[in-house]
Amino acid sequence: MKHLLSTADLSREEAIAILDIAEEMRETGTRQVKKLPALRGRTVVNLFFEDSTRTRISFEAAAKRLSADVINFSAKGSSVSKGESLKDTAQTLLAIGADAVVIRHPDSGAPARLAATDWIGLPIVNAGDGTHEHPTQALLDAFTLRRQLALREGVSPVGRGLDGLKVAIVGDILHSRVARSNLWLLNTLGASVTMVAPPTLLPVGASAWPCKISYSLDAVIETGVDAVMMLRVQGERMRAAFFPNPREYSRYWGLDDTRLKALEAKGHDTLILHPGPMNRGLEISSAAADSPHSMVLEQVTNGVAVRMASLYMLLSGDLI
Amino acid sequence: MKYLIRQAAVLGGQATDVLIIDGKIAQLGEVTDAEATVIEAAGLVLLPGLVDPHTHLREPGREDAETVETGSQAAARGGYTAVHAMANSTPVADNAGVVEQVYELGRKAGWVDVRPVGAVTVGLGGQQLSEIGAMADSRAKVRMFSDDGICVSDPLLMRRALEYVKAFDGVIAQHAQEPRLTEGAQMNEGEVSAVLGMTGWPAVAEESIIARDVLLAEHVGARLHVCHVSTAGSVEIIRWAKARGIAVTAEVTPHHLLLTDEKVKTFDPVFKVNPPLRREEDVLALRAGVADGTIDVIGTDHAPHPSEAKDCEWGAAAMGMTGLETALSIVQHTLVETGLLSWADVARITSFTPAKIGSLEDQGRPIAVGEPANLTLVDPAARWIVDPFTMATKGRNSPFAGMELPGAVRATFFHGHPTVLDGALATPRVAND
Repeated sequence: MKHLLSTADLSREEAIAILDIAEEMRETGTRQVKKLPALRGRTVVNLFFEDSTRTRISFEAAAKRLSADVINFSAKGSSVSKGESLKDTAQTLLAIGADAVVIRHPDSGAPARLAATDWIGLPIVNAGDGTHEHPTQALLDAFTLRRQLALREGVSPVGRGLDGLKVAIVGDILHSRVARSNLWLLNTLGASVTMVAPPTLLPVGASAWPCKISYSLDAVIETGVDAVMMLRVQGERMRAAFFPNPREYSRYWGLDDTRLKALEAKGHDTLILHPGPMNRGLEISSAAADSPHSMVLEQVTNGVAVRMASLYMLLSGDLI
Repeated sequence: MKYLIRQAAVLGGQATDVLIIDGKIAQLGEVTDAEATVIEAAGLVLLPGLVDPHTHLREPGREDAETVETGSQAAARGGYTAVHAMANSTPVADNAGVVEQVYELGRKAGWVDVRPVGAVTVGLGGQQLSEIGAMADSRAKVRMFSDDGICVSDPLLMRRALEYVKAFDGVIAQHAQEPRLTEGAQMNEGEVSAVLGMTGWPAVAEESIIARDVLLAEHVGARLHVCHVSTAGSVEIIRWAKARGIAVTAEVTPHHLLLTDEKVKTFDPVFKVNPPLRREEDVLALRAGVADGTIDVIGTDHAPHPSEAKDCEWGAAAMGMTGLETALSIVQHTLVETGLLSWADVARITSFTPAKIGSLEDQGRPIAVGEPANLTLVDPAARWIVDPFTMATKGRNSPFAGMELPGAVRATFFHGHPTVLDGALATPRVAND
């Protein structure tokens, strides 16, 4: 693995290998001394052209736990606001001595572009590009699902996929890089996916995706699902006529208390995931967010482990 | 000067000799002339000089991207003897002063006829008609008017423009793009954009404007030219309009005849263009549209950009591709070698008809005695690999870079003067005055 740009690039073996290493990394996170010496002397740059405290901190924690040095570069207050190109910024970081670049960018494909050009020649981790992909989020979601299911069955998650698992991804699919990355990875790992959204928030062309598509969250809950991934919905979308107002959105596509009860009544022990930050009361009710089946904080913890695994695999040689 | 082209296949047909004297075709058939410079053309196809209805020469304003000189050199190398220079320069070509400036630059350069296109609205602003009459009556004799790059989206303004140009024997060339439906659009909206997470550019944004405009043209009895048609639906609408007798002509670019939105998966902005690359179905429908005459002409939409405008991420990149030096090869590849078109048809879509649409008197003329010697010699058997760094255009943004293409321009005669010989730029023509 040279870069981590898209979950669509990952074979089942590669994906499971990352998840397995992440299991080991997570284990070290429970020790009193959480730090590993694996990337001592290496420099990881977090190149963030978009506000994202959560993802940046998660990558920073991951790199530091592997003893790497971390440089945080955010577009705000940087030369980017003076009109410096991505190429010049990236080459500056190379000149400073970066060994890997974790990039978040508002343009779909910017990390792929950085990887495909001769600008820097460093390993690139896509930390979210436009509405394209967010592969480490999908990996941490898969990791969380796999781990929970293994815990329930009392077996080791290592080496396993997500075969037969039924997952619903609910919300603003159109603008969601999380939904896309999850779709490819969940399929690769053997799960079946249903996308649930108002038609305005599904891309034209989604009918070709390897998933079912539904406009009715109630109908999908009725069929029984093992996990629901709720996506953040931005209230601003109503101004672009994607839906009438937040209340109506919530009424039809929010995981509210009524739907939470319906889920529980199905007896599936459906896991509830959300990539955060949550809009409580819009796409997810507080009761759902705080329910025993909510994986929200577990996802955050696992995010560090998955990002450690990703950086480790990219920087410490070819384990695959 | 006298030139004797020996044994060229006129429009791909019978091989014949062509004697050129003082800018005109003096004799056809079997010719012997001891004084003439001989160009051996056995195996080569002789076409009327190509006429591009749609070129961006960038001057005035963006001389770092292209100048009239370099752009018209690129045109000559591509087999062109006339180009229509689009109006979106800085300042905009929306008055007699700017169009005369561009016309003069072209005349002094001496590689091709540079015919400025006038803006439909002041500053391409879509608010107020520009001085169409003054541009038409200027030395540049503007006949084509376009806000290309921007759609004349206001239906009332479009109606008035269509009506008004009738007084000056002009034509409105519309860039069909409904602005609200394409806000922030990056690529064709479809299966590929869904996967890439890019804001889509729906086909309907083009088709709805074309549908509206053909109906407006019918209503006011005006001529309409549709720039760079890119979707199967657009072809159908234009086919319907023509069957109804509406005076509409349509153009397609070489890149839309070959490339699809699959290319965007590379995220290489060399494939970023307006209108965007569409689906395979669209490519095939466009070719069929050319074959059955629904689409009248090839327009390159040659759009050179400085390297920094493409050496960046997709969202930051400029839209557009170079095209003058590859157009004829793409036409051969997609239309001739597929059996859809003969070389006579190629002459029609690249020269005869575009010259008529632009009302160019000396261009797109039959290859006959007494006609102006605007001619292009093509070697259809040649194969070459596209290298943007060997082109005459300043733009290195060719989407065909690295591809092997058929057909090479061996010579171009511009009013009897060879601007290209042996496949390389020769000398410009010095104007008589």
